[in-house]
Amino acid sequence: MWFITRRLAFYAVAAWVAITVNFAIPRVMPGNAVDTLIAKYPTLDANSLKALEAEFGTHTHGSLISQYFTYLGNLAHGNLGLSVNLYPAKVTTVIAQTLPWTLILVGTATTISFVLGTLLGILSAWRRGGWLDRAMPAFTFLQATPYFFLALVAIQLFAVSWGLFPFGQGYSLGLSPGWDWPFISSAIYHSILPALTIVITSMAAWMLQMRNVMITTIAEDYVLVAQAKGLSPRRVMFTYAARNAILPNIAGFALSLGFVVAGALVMEIVFSYPGIGLTLYNAVTSDDFPLLQGIFLVISLAVLLACLLADIVYFFADPRTRTRTSY
Amino acid sequence: MWKRRLQQFPAKAKVGAALLGIFILVAIIGPTIAPFDPTATTPGQAIPLGPNATHLLGTTATGQDVLSQLLVGTRSTVVLGLLTGLIATLLAVVIGMSAGFLGGFPDEGLSLLANVFLVLPALPLLVVVLGYLPHSGELPTAIVLSALGWPWGARVIRAQTLSLRNRDYVAAARESGERTWRIILFEILPNEIGLIAASFVGTVLYAILTSVALAFLGVADLSKWSYGTMLYWAQNGNAVQLGAWWWYAPPGICVALFGMSMVLLNFGLDELGNPRLRAAGSVKVGRRTWRPSDPTPVLRDHPQETA
Repeated sequence: MWFITRRLAFYAVAAWVAITVNFAIPRVMPGNAVDTLIAKYPTLDANSLKALEAEFGTHTHGSLISQYFTYLGNLAHGNLGLSVNLYPAKVTTVIAQTLPWTLILVGTATTISFVLGTLLGILSAWRRGGWLDRAMPAFTFLQATPYFFLALVAIQLFAVSWGLFPFGQGYSLGLSPGWDWPFISSAIYHSILPALTIVITSMAAWMLQMRNVMITTIAEDYVLVAQAKGLSPRRVMFTYAARNAILPNIAGFALSLGFVVAGALVMEIVFSYPGIGLTLYNAVTSDDFPLLQGIFLVISLAVLLACLLADIVYFFADPRTRTRTSY
Repeated sequence: MWKRRLQQFPAKAKVGAALLGIFILVAIIGPTIAPFDPTATTPGQAIPLGPNATHLLGTTATGQDVLSQLLVGTRSTVVLGLLTGLIATLLAVVIGMSAGFLGGFPDEGLSLLANVFLVLPALPLLVVVLGYLPHSGELPTAIVLSALGWPWGARVIRAQTLSLRNRDYVAAARESGERTWRIILFEILPNEIGLIAASFVGTVLYAILTSVALAFLGVADLSKWSYGTMLYWAQNGNAVQLGAWWWYAPPGICVALFGMSMVLLNFGLDELGNPRLRAAGSVKVGRRTWRPSDPTPVLRDHPQETA
């Protein structure tokens, strides 16, 4: 359990850093966010101004430390302030409405991409010099392509030119969100194209890493022994070589999650998908600083949580984490 | 000797280096050879025009020349990418080597810092930070990008330093009374050049993709031309809905090519360091390709030869 405890402590530190960075940014950045907001939103009432000033640490007389503890207290009560642009909506309400869209879409797409990429990586390493292996440069091109550019091309081809998929929004107009079949089917239909772009662009990285580790693993003696024993190639490939080669991929999952989230955020803007990325975009364009920071915090914590899950999977996948007393 | 060296260079690395060279060249001479002023509009024009003889890559909705925007915008993207790569790699080398060489408490602290920065999602953080700094130029953006981009390299360099520190030749240098800075600079650093180069290349790739994404989000100086701002204006002008592929495809393809030059260079560096990854030297036995690193062919894999 030492491994898990250590990781838990690490993520606690990481979460604290995220929370503190979130507190520090408006205070160390040049310029006064509140003044910008007053200039932009002259209709703000006195109460919300006061709340904003407290949040950004301007015109308040409390010391930095007391501000920090007020901030932590607010956070503990799930209070992220009020959105300026969507006033008087709470930041937490806005995020709660949009987060599920992102979680479901990005979660599903990332899982598919991870599984598919790892499988293709296994195959291309197993058949070195085969057609899949030789197609690698094409996959590197996909890896170097910005997510949203591929999304633009996909929209052009599939939605505008051929009309196979709908463009934009999370579901058809005229439907109201609910657990009924017309809505769910429409939501799935609208999510296929965005999900496809995520899968295609992020798959290459898993595939490449899996291939490179797998190539090294295949050269190990125990793989040779397994082949010499006369085990079926499939068994050697999956239970001997791939099983040992997959560990870096699982470990890398946590680290790459930040990139996946980043790509997904931009993707949502291209597709006008009603998730947290689109909300972030709207917050940026309207200088809605409270919402901006709330979104940053929620995304950071969500990524940390996902990393922790990946670590727990790693704990079960790699027996070394269970026997060693320390790292 | 140089010629032989060059021949030994993996083909992927050569292609990558050539691509990078083209981009750097365009970044230098682009603004001079641009046929039009990228910002100049054609009065009265309301729809984007496709590629034609005057405008080789077509125009935007307001009649701005896409090719000129591309040639002028290359500089900003390339400079930002390379500048970030430079600053972040410097940070990574200094932090990674100090952590690896000093060990103990400084190592614990620096490693923790690197790991925390690795798991924090960079893009939302960058959006928030740069959201407060609108209209920032290349240098502030590069500094903010570097501040979040160093941990990848630092981790790898730290691990390598840790292993090099205990090698015999380092111990010998220490015994012969060499100073610490001399050991670090002349004994350890040269053995990490490949790693440092790979981390530079990786960081540049990150910087390009992130900066383009940021500009696309509108968190950049939108009055300047870069691949990111081009895509931003294309998206803003509904280029996709209008079917004006010539408006958004060129900057996107350029980003992908620039990124690909980095990925290919990285591949090449990997292959230089790990001969097993090289594609050369494979032999065809029966239906399958065998390489020097593979185990000796096992008979049951080749039924046609046993017959």
